[in-house]
Amino acid sequence: MTPAYVVRRIGFYVLICAITLFFAVPMVWIASAPFDKNPGLGVHWPDWTFENVRKTLDHPYALHAIVNSLIICVTVALAVTAFAAFASYALSRVRIPGRDALLYGLLLLSSVVTGTAAMVPIFVMIYQLGLINSRFGVALVMTSGLLPAAIFILKDFVDAVPKSYEESARVFGASTLQILRDVVLPVARPGLATIMVWAFVNSWGNFLVPFLLIRSTTLQPAAVLMQTLTDEGGSVNLQVLPVFSLLFSIPVVVLYLLVNSRYGFRFHGGIKS
Amino acid sequence: MATRTKHPAQDVAGLGTGRALGFLAPAMLLIAAFLVFPAVWTIYIGVTNYRLTGVEAVSPSIVGLANYTRALNDALFHNALWLTMLFVLGSAIIGQNILGFTLAWILRRARPAVRRTVEALTLLAWILPSTVVAYLWIAFFDRDTGTLNSILGTTGTAWLIDYPMVCLVVFNTWRGTAFSMMLYSSALQAVPPSQLESARMVGASGWQTLRDIVFPHIRGHVLTNTLLISLWTANDFSPFLLTKGGPNHESETVPVYIYNVALQGGELGYSSAISFLLLLANLLVSLIYLRLLRRRA
Repeated sequence: MTPAYVVRRIGFYVLICAITLFFAVPMVWIASAPFDKNPGLGVHWPDWTFENVRKTLDHPYALHAIVNSLIICVTVALAVTAFAAFASYALSRVRIPGRDALLYGLLLLSSVVTGTAAMVPIFVMIYQLGLINSRFGVALVMTSGLLPAAIFILKDFVDAVPKSYEESARVFGASTLQILRDVVLPVARPGLATIMVWAFVNSWGNFLVPFLLIRSTTLQPAAVLMQTLTDEGGSVNLQVLPVFSLLFSIPVVVLYLLVNSRYGFRFHGGIKS
Repeated sequence: MATRTKHPAQDVAGLGTGRALGFLAPAMLLIAAFLVFPAVWTIYIGVTNYRLTGVEAVSPSIVGLANYTRALNDALFHNALWLTMLFVLGSAIIGQNILGFTLAWILRRARPAVRRTVEALTLLAWILPSTVVAYLWIAFFDRDTGTLNSILGTTGTAWLIDYPMVCLVVFNTWRGTAFSMMLYSSALQAVPPSQLESARMVGASGWQTLRDIVFPHIRGHVLTNTLLISLWTANDFSPFLLTKGGPNHESETVPVYIYNVALQGGELGYSSAISFLLLLANLLVSLIYLRLLRRRA
């Protein structure tokens, strides 16, 4: 153990501690403030109480917002998974004319047409369709935004499924639909589950689309209500806001842990919207 | 494309082209209606004087390239472009890139418990909903009771008002580092351990090892990572959640500017012209990115 080695080890741990603190300190608030009798913006050891939880559940919009988020995100997750599953199977197994150009176009679309770049035409379009204040309209826009990337991730999964399963089913006389239902679907289930979770998490946190398209407070999903509560400020909301943030964050963290423990965190390069 | 050589399509289930097109149709219709059409329509709205309210809302007229010439002379748009460049340079190209690489590099040899803890924290910062994260930072930077002022003993400093861009850069570095960390972790696994070992044997310093052995192996990853995080950062709407572009336009990046012009000012035509410029910039970066990816494959 030379002195130089010791200095390096100390430097190493100081660096790790500094980075850990940088990531941890801003997050402590969400753990301490929800259960504190006098919640403030600063971090301190809480004077334990569940009063804030009761206040939040009594809040006129809090539970509404969580329900709105659930309605929108479950719709998006199911729609993205179903549409992407059919599309990716067709793209993986059948040589449709112009397929490569289509794939290239989809790949471009997923990164070029972002929510911020397309917010004006999407707003104008939904406005003219009379779908402002419609959760269905929000789900429709979010589904389309996630589809190109979803098709790509799923196509990778389907490409990796050995064709011999389908071949042997065919040899035994199974019809096309039987093959899809009884062979392809079960094998592709981990991929479908991943896509469903991915679509849910992405739409759960999406702020811009519902912020643009929903004006009525009773229809706002949780992401927008967070912002409404922040803008209002005041002491009442410091009892509601921390608990609400926690409630709103829990599903994302739980789903992430679930996917992580079941399938391992797979790294899909370039996929995050 | 790479897909052709890797996976020759083989219609083993007997789907047939007709039914395959049927499988594709719902997804393609949605994408065409809510992604392709808006992108193309931006071009049209961008050459009109369409407004949210008033006479031009009912009967907009074509104004040609007036919106684009206006953008050329619009000091606020120039300001937004400049701030976006600062934001991308500070938080993506420097912040996330360097912090992400540092984490990937030092966690390689850290104890599993340490590694898991630090990784979990960075990932948490990445997956939490953006409105929650924004509020965490508003609380952290608060003038009177914020944690930052308690730590530094500078109570009364309104960070988000006095130094809005610095706050946004720190915030976005915190928010997005996980992606670079994961990408560089997997890239570093491709560096042959034998080469690192021989560098150690000949007594190369840490910096020399990084420069001469590690960097040549991960150069492609650095480039693609930088392009992607720059693209996302330039299109990021979360500055709006922290500062709304204020005070006095000091943190109004291009996405926030588009929102303010379109929905606060009601100038849909002009904001569409700016949106189209953003779309063009995105297209350019994406084309470079895909070209690099294909060359690597």
